[in-house]
Amino acid sequence: MNDLKSLIACHECDLLHQRRPLPPDATARCVRCGAVLYRRKRNSLDRVLALTMTGLVLFIVANVYPFLTFRLEAQVQETNLVTGIVELYGQGMWIVAGVVLMTTIVMPLLELSGMLFILVPIKFRRRPWKLPLLFRSVLSFRPWGMMEVFMIGILVAAVKLVKMASIIPGTALYAFMVLIFILAASAAALDPHIIWKTLD
Amino acid sequence: MKTSTPTARKASLISCHSCHLLSKAVSIAKNQAAYCPRCGARLHSRKPNSTARTWALIFAAFIFYIPANVLPITTVISFGKAQSDTIMSGVIYFVKSGSWPIALVIFVASVFVPLLKLFLLTFLLISVHRKSRWRPKDRTRLYRITEAVGRWSMVDIYVVTILVALVKLGSLATIEAGPGAIFFAGVVVITMFAAMSFDPRLIWDAQESHDER
Repeated sequence: MNDLKSLIACHECDLLHQRRPLPPDATARCVRCGAVLYRRKRNSLDRVLALTMTGLVLFIVANVYPFLTFRLEAQVQETNLVTGIVELYGQGMWIVAGVVLMTTIVMPLLELSGMLFILVPIKFRRRPWKLPLLFRSVLSFRPWGMMEVFMIGILVAAVKLVKMASIIPGTALYAFMVLIFILAASAAALDPHIIWKTLD
Repeated sequence: MKTSTPTARKASLISCHSCHLLSKAVSIAKNQAAYCPRCGARLHSRKPNSTARTWALIFAAFIFYIPANVLPITTVISFGKAQSDTIMSGVIYFVKSGSWPIALVIFVASVFVPLLKLFLLTFLLISVHRKSRWRPKDRTRLYRITEAVGRWSMVDIYVVTILVALVKLGSLATIEAGPGAIFFAGVVVITMFAAMSFDPRLIWDAQESHDER
């Protein structure tokens, strides 16, 4: 039997393929169903580490500084990212508050900090603590972080309120907008196979 | 390629769904589990009880979809008067006020996408049960669509969150979330789990069992 590590099965149609070395930034696709089998990224780990650290700083800024300010004549209402969640919880909507908390704060934070715990030791040639569990968790959190969807939500809410009062964007909003691009770039730069290979 | 397509299952291999390492499928006792030697994830040749789980989640989502659209998702209280809005009345408000693009975003994300997802998954499940051999590549593509678009339905929940946070002006104007929001958040989360529990490899299994004959 040939080496199992030189083979890969398509995760969408189960077809077996021989792994071949790819040129940088190339993608190997399944010949039968077209699913992405694996990718090769240039400096994947370094880039993801840099983006993750940037992301964490922006995440803190986005949560600490005022997000949006709502002004109607003399009334000024300043909000943070969590204000809406607290307000929903106060209205007895704890399920909705929980879903919003998980998808906009908890999951993105776990994803970013998990990646940091994995990548910093690898950078210093050490074995990360509980790597298999940690990386599996990070990958499973990923679909539940929905910051980019939240951004569209802000846009819609702003259009809805703009006739009623003035909406002033805060520091956190700008940090949030950059964070979305950082997260997308980090996901695009990640080659999971390199991380799994450190376990071999 | 028609003659005996080499799949992991035919080669008695199991692909780890997490790190993609192939392991030899050894026969194990009924209630025992096999784990990936590299990353420790539980090994399954196919996602466990994929069709039963997906059916159950689809039915739950269909049931939630009705109150999500009938019950109000926001209530605006202004000078003692309360006005409730459902998802559809929100869309109509935007159409009337001329914000066509926003109306379209809300309609597509909140009304069209959840229904599309539910119908696509139902169609895929029926095709798997019938061991259909019709255009497996296109059906896999449909599955990818259901997986990718689901998260965007959350938009309305976030709009409600932001409105509730911003509009707290006492007796002047206050916005409260309505019970429809609970069901709507339920629809989004349940359909995401439904898409995750469906195994696209089932689409191709029918293909292979036919080729062998």
